[in-house]
Amino acid sequence: MFRYLMSRFAGMLAVMLIVAVLVFLLTRLAPGDPAALMLGDQATAEDVARLRAQYGLDQPLPLQFVYWLGEVLQGNLGQSIFLQQPVTAALAERAEPTFFLTLFSVAIASLIGIPCGVVSAVWRGRALDQAFTGVAMLGASIPSFWFGLILIQFFSVKLGWFPVAGYGDPDVPLAERLWHLVLPACVLGILNSALIIRFTRASMLDVLGEDYVRTARAMGHAERVVVLRHALRNALIPIITVIGLTAALLIGGAVVTETVFGLPGVGNLVVSAVLRRDYPVIQGALLAIAAVYVLINLLIDLLYRVADPRVRF
Amino acid sequence: MTVSTLQKTVARPAPQAEAATALLDVRGLRTEFRTDGGVVTPLLGVDFSVAPGETLALVGESGSGKSVTSLSIMGLLARPAGRIAAGSALFRTRDGASVDLARADDATLRRLRGRELAMIFQEPMTSLNPVLPVGEQIADAVRLHLGLDRQAALAHALRMLELVEIPAARQRLREYPHQMSGGMRQRVMIALALSCEPRLLIADEPTTALDVTIQAQILVLMRKLQHELGMGILFITHNLGVVAETAQRVAVMYAGRIVETGTVREVFKAPKHPYTRGLMECLPANAHRDERGQPVRLKAIPGQVAAPGRQPPGCAFAPRCAFAEPRCESAVPALAAVAPDHQSRCLRWSAL
Amino acid sequence: MAAAASASVSSPGLGLALRKLFRRKVVLAGAVALVVLVLLALFAPFASPYDPSALKVLERLRGPSALHWFGTDEFGRDIFTRVVVGARYSLTIGALTVLIATVAGTLLGLCAGYFRRLDTPIMRVVDAMMAFPDILLAIALMAMLGASLFNVVLALAIVYTPRIARIVRASTLVVRELLFVEAARALGVSTARILFRHILLNTLSPILVQATFIFAYAILAEAGLSFLGVGVPPEIPTWGTMVAAGQQFADQAFWVVLYPGLAIVIAALSLQMVGDGLRDMLDPRLRKSL
Repeated sequence: MFRYLMSRFAGMLAVMLIVAVLVFLLTRLAPGDPAALMLGDQATAEDVARLRAQYGLDQPLPLQFVYWLGEVLQGNLGQSIFLQQPVTAALAERAEPTFFLTLFSVAIASLIGIPCGVVSAVWRGRALDQAFTGVAMLGASIPSFWFGLILIQFFSVKLGWFPVAGYGDPDVPLAERLWHLVLPACVLGILNSALIIRFTRASMLDVLGEDYVRTARAMGHAERVVVLRHALRNALIPIITVIGLTAALLIGGAVVTETVFGLPGVGNLVVSAVLRRDYPVIQGALLAIAAVYVLINLLIDLLYRVADPRVRF
Repeated sequence: MTVSTLQKTVARPAPQAEAATALLDVRGLRTEFRTDGGVVTPLLGVDFSVAPGETLALVGESGSGKSVTSLSIMGLLARPAGRIAAGSALFRTRDGASVDLARADDATLRRLRGRELAMIFQEPMTSLNPVLPVGEQIADAVRLHLGLDRQAALAHALRMLELVEIPAARQRLREYPHQMSGGMRQRVMIALALSCEPRLLIADEPTTALDVTIQAQILVLMRKLQHELGMGILFITHNLGVVAETAQRVAVMYAGRIVETGTVREVFKAPKHPYTRGLMECLPANAHRDERGQPVRLKAIPGQVAAPGRQPPGCAFAPRCAFAEPRCESAVPALAAVAPDHQSRCLRWSAL
Repeated sequence: MAAAASASVSSPGLGLALRKLFRRKVVLAGAVALVVLVLLALFAPFASPYDPSALKVLERLRGPSALHWFGTDEFGRDIFTRVVVGARYSLTIGALTVLIATVAGTLLGLCAGYFRRLDTPIMRVVDAMMAFPDILLAIALMAMLGASLFNVVLALAIVYTPRIARIVRASTLVVRELLFVEAARALGVSTARILFRHILLNTLSPILVQATFIFAYAILAEAGLSFLGVGVPPEIPTWGTMVAAGQQFADQAFWVVLYPGLAIVIAALSLQMVGDGLRDMLDPRLRKSL
């Protein structure tokens, strides 16, 4: 167990180190001098040179990287050029909507995906299966921003059930803030259920062909018991992976939906930083999102081991 | 297996099976599968019966339709591809009612499965649910059929594990299948199948996947349990040595039909079908053995079973038969009585 | 089915494969939709009497009618015409992305799978790149490259290269151990020839399947980038820029965003339907692994 964890941890560190290099290079290779960008148009050449020296931008790239990485490891992701606050503070402010949006979206996606996938597998080839398979493919073909615009038009503008956009200030009750997340979570939940439907179907089909399912039938268990207690339990083990991956990808991948609904989330932060060339924010946010992705992957792996009695350390 | 054990077991008197008192009476059972390439018919009309408390061995090569027969009786054919097209399988339940398993609806079959007829399979490694402790799996069935509560069902499961002679049964109850060896899992499988005291046990090659020493233990255990619980057994195997050790009567299957049936003693002493004779010739201790020390099967019979749908119009065995005559290839021979309780589907049985 | 029939004359294997592929109605429907889209894109100037960029402010935001099938946008331009012209851009972006990503990913995957020393470094970078959600990595790359039509292609190609690389590496690892590769090596066949002739030929089907799906994802991702304003410049009419520009008029003229979006859905859906059929036909085992 300990050994396994250590090796996983080492692999994780290696990936994160490469992520750090990529993120670092991404902003250093970008056109435009960060120092000049920070100071704006009116800066003189001397001002720029002074700032470059102050931030170590006149040092060779590898040295800059080591310096930057040292700061990152101490929890300092730098200072935003435009937001007048440290990147970590900006990220922390944006974490809440992203966290809840991811949570709700994954919940909706699973609540749709798992039952539909199970039904599809049990009635394989029948009308319902074909319908769900078709819907899953359709879900994977709809751009989230377009689907969001349609839902806003209908539920917010026409019916007035939900706020059109935004999230609400920190001083309004949490419930009111979360109310803003219903439509975006539906968009992401419905569209992301596509993958879960397909995966659940495939996994259930595998399991329904297993000998122990035949054993359960041979013992006279009702089909409901066979499917839910004997088959689904086994099928769920790989499904956990897909659900976890969906969650991991939504942390930063909800950018477009966050923008459509004007949610001040992490994705939104990255987009506005890109539009303003706020490199420290881009760097910090990318690093944080990748770290969360890698961590969630590790968690999935551990969960997998808890769920499957065959895999023990 | 030596000739002496063979003779000892054969010498035991076999109870006579008659349709009127039979536990299971299968007549003209015909099963079809729809595939991409059209309909195939692995069972062309199977007849046999099992008396209460008796063991009938169903013998044949792979592809002869043994497993399809057992799945047809259990109502476990893969649907919607497989279906019973004709025939009957009359089963006498413990309250004396007669149910045709070939026509029974799903609810009836579910009520019977596990309670009245149970099945153990060839692959102990994959036939138990990997994510449920074995005690739970047995208790599930017991709660379903005997209506016990959870505690009582688990206690019953424990007694079953003890009955199949699993050491440290109390501890094993909470273990998962992957923590056990193949022989142990097959014991669990037997405990599961017998947990609700079924009247008929269908054992589909229950020892084929096991080591030779474990095979013998499992066979001894099954005989003991039959003695204690008194169920009838339909024992499916391709191994004539196992037949001699377990069964009172034998039915030899070839290409979807029973070609010879009778008491083990009669059939082994004087086989009246060339196919059975071929099987017998592979059996003796001096026959070729493979690397695992098992007799090489069917070495003496050239060729192989014709694929379903490509069978000749006459006797299916004729193309491989040393005794075949032109008339053998014109029509399928009927089962002919060659002795009391001994029948053969061969036109030339008297010449054998 | 004319294509399948004529193909069967020259190459019976291909004709049989196509017939098998199109036996499923869904796959056939997807293929027909794709062909229609491509034809529309190719013959865009003949598909409609309107000029896609002519401004007619008096006709702005007209609803769908017999004159303007899909209505007009905020500048009075015919939306049907622009959707058809947009097909040119969106499909070209998707196709180029797939092409670059497939070539790059195949080379990387072959190297990683065949040369043991390159495996770890290449796959670590691939893993690191896949630690970012597709769209986020694309956004970050666009920030570095700057918004332009070509840079969208480049950024998306970089985003999807790791997917191809992973698949090619996995099949290369399997194929390189097979007997015929051993035999070729023993016969002194050059490494390059082994890689391209023996190994690549055997990994073509999973690459083809994945490429079809990447085509669909690339169209969706381009639309997303353009919608966010970090993709194709707004003056170029891709389906994404059209939805983005129409967004603010969605309240009064919903057709402005509806039809370009529908075009995206149809293109992505038909690509996935064909990809799904290819996967079923080429390798039933792939079905499970998605």
